[in-house]
Amino acid sequence: MQGFFARVFLVILTLAGPVSAQDIVLGMSKNEIGITAFFNGSEILIFGALKHETAASSAGDLDVVVTIASPRDPVTVRRKDKRLGIWVNVEAFDVDLAPSFYAVATTGPFDRVVSEASDLWHQISVRQLIRAVTVPASTNNKDQFTEALVRVREEQGLYQMLPGSVQLQEQTLFSTSVSLPSNLVEGAYSARIFLMRDGQVVSQYQTSIDVQKVGIERWLYNLAHERPVAYGLLSLAIAIFSGWAAAAAFRLLRG
Amino acid sequence: MYIYLPIAEVSVNAFLLLGLGGMVGILSGMFGVGGGFLMTPLLFFIGIPPAVAVATEANQIVASSFSGVLAHVKRKTVDFKMGGVLLIGGLVGAALGVVVFNHLKSLGQVDLLVKLCYVLFLGVVGSLMFAESLRALRKSKQVAVVKSRKKRGLVHALPFKMRFQVSGLYISIIPPIVVGVAVGVLAAIMGVGGGFVMVPAMIYLLGMPTKVVVGTSLFQIIFVTAFTTMLHATTNYTVDMVLAVLLLIGGVIGAQFGTMIGAKLKSEQLRILLALMVLLVCAKLAFDLIVEPAELFSLGVAGGH
Repeated sequence: MQGFFARVFLVILTLAGPVSAQDIVLGMSKNEIGITAFFNGSEILIFGALKHETAASSAGDLDVVVTIASPRDPVTVRRKDKRLGIWVNVEAFDVDLAPSFYAVATTGPFDRVVSEASDLWHQISVRQLIRAVTVPASTNNKDQFTEALVRVREEQGLYQMLPGSVQLQEQTLFSTSVSLPSNLVEGAYSARIFLMRDGQVVSQYQTSIDVQKVGIERWLYNLAHERPVAYGLLSLAIAIFSGWAAAAAFRLLRG
Repeated sequence: MYIYLPIAEVSVNAFLLLGLGGMVGILSGMFGVGGGFLMTPLLFFIGIPPAVAVATEANQIVASSFSGVLAHVKRKTVDFKMGGVLLIGGLVGAALGVVVFNHLKSLGQVDLLVKLCYVLFLGVVGSLMFAESLRALRKSKQVAVVKSRKKRGLVHALPFKMRFQVSGLYISIIPPIVVGVAVGVLAAIMGVGGGFVMVPAMIYLLGMPTKVVVGTSLFQIIFVTAFTTMLHATTNYTVDMVLAVLLLIGGVIGAQFGTMIGAKLKSEQLRILLALMVLLVCAKLAFDLIVEPAELFSLGVAGGH
């Protein structure tokens, strides 16, 4: 309990700190990603400069944290156990909202750059992000499920921890690159940049990256959802036609 | 070459899909099975969401069955009359199956049930066929046995008899309709065309000649899977046209080769191969249920427990 109060106190302290959005000047290699037919993931370069007054302050070294998050969706996490000799799902837990993609890039080891209190308040690590929106359920082992969610998505490369991948030069210029996987979902992705000193957030900046299907991908997706009967019939027509075409071609080949 | 699938929302290697389609197409043409029971698990394995895999697979089976059936029509090995009777049962069964499936979904554990269904049916059908075709193979080596058509049990005592010229049968239409319904129910629950159950049922329950069975089964599967495709496209929006096209290009070509191979093999050999394949898939599924998985947790879309 004492620990909890200490955390809350720290959070209040963090809040009271100087937070201003004008300390960071940001650039991105792209702020729009179009999913085309040949889309196979995308690399996004994020760079920027810190305003001189902030950088020159003698209070200590600065660190930069960059996060990129996809829109959030509810997820069901299921646990298997052995029943009557076979492995079956025995327990399920709904995580209210979790991003399908999340990357955290930092200038150094995460625990050194971001204090627990800052993480708690700003939801920088993916665990805090998920926990913050998940209503405490009656299941008292819900941590086990959120941990499993993070672990599974980390293995799939959907949640990325990238300590040390942000380069900070002369305490002024920073840059990092994050590779987005090919199985991106559509939506407005948010990019956050935190300027840290001694584990505390000094300044932050937020912007968004638009991920959208384009061209034939968009056309097919819209058709499937807006005119499903036409889409279904078109799929069947393609199937019947290709079946016939192959048979006809082989008949010709064999004379 | 990677292609992004608009409905599945993943990017996959186009050549991998062409290859998988071709492989399953060959089996489809050879045995008269849609190949869904092989393809659907393979699609799960390469990362296609299960709902999309099941729906799109139905669409692909339409193509490879159509391609395969045309070759059989030319060889006059399709019993349209029998196919039609089976189809009536099949459509009724598929509709029933969807109702059963949705009911089980509301009870939970539908995944487990589908897997157990697979293990049970693949195991039973596979072992029966294997044992029978082994016996037949041995017999055909000893003497050229004249096929006895003396088995006149219950099947022949039923009313509403109809003559099926192509199959050389004069039987009641009740057994084919019952078979059609049963296979339709299974097909809808397991998300496959049902050929692997239909083919043995035609041979052993209805007594149809093996050569006619394959074409007739394909003919029937076209309509059942077309029906399923429309159902999925209009209710779940899970048919991925790009995925379907990639699979069916390989599939229709494979089906043509499959039919050619099938025509060269003896029917006992054909049956023994199908039996082995069915048993192999069964063993793999059973193995997955028994062995402790590496990751005990799995993620799903919230809402459907």
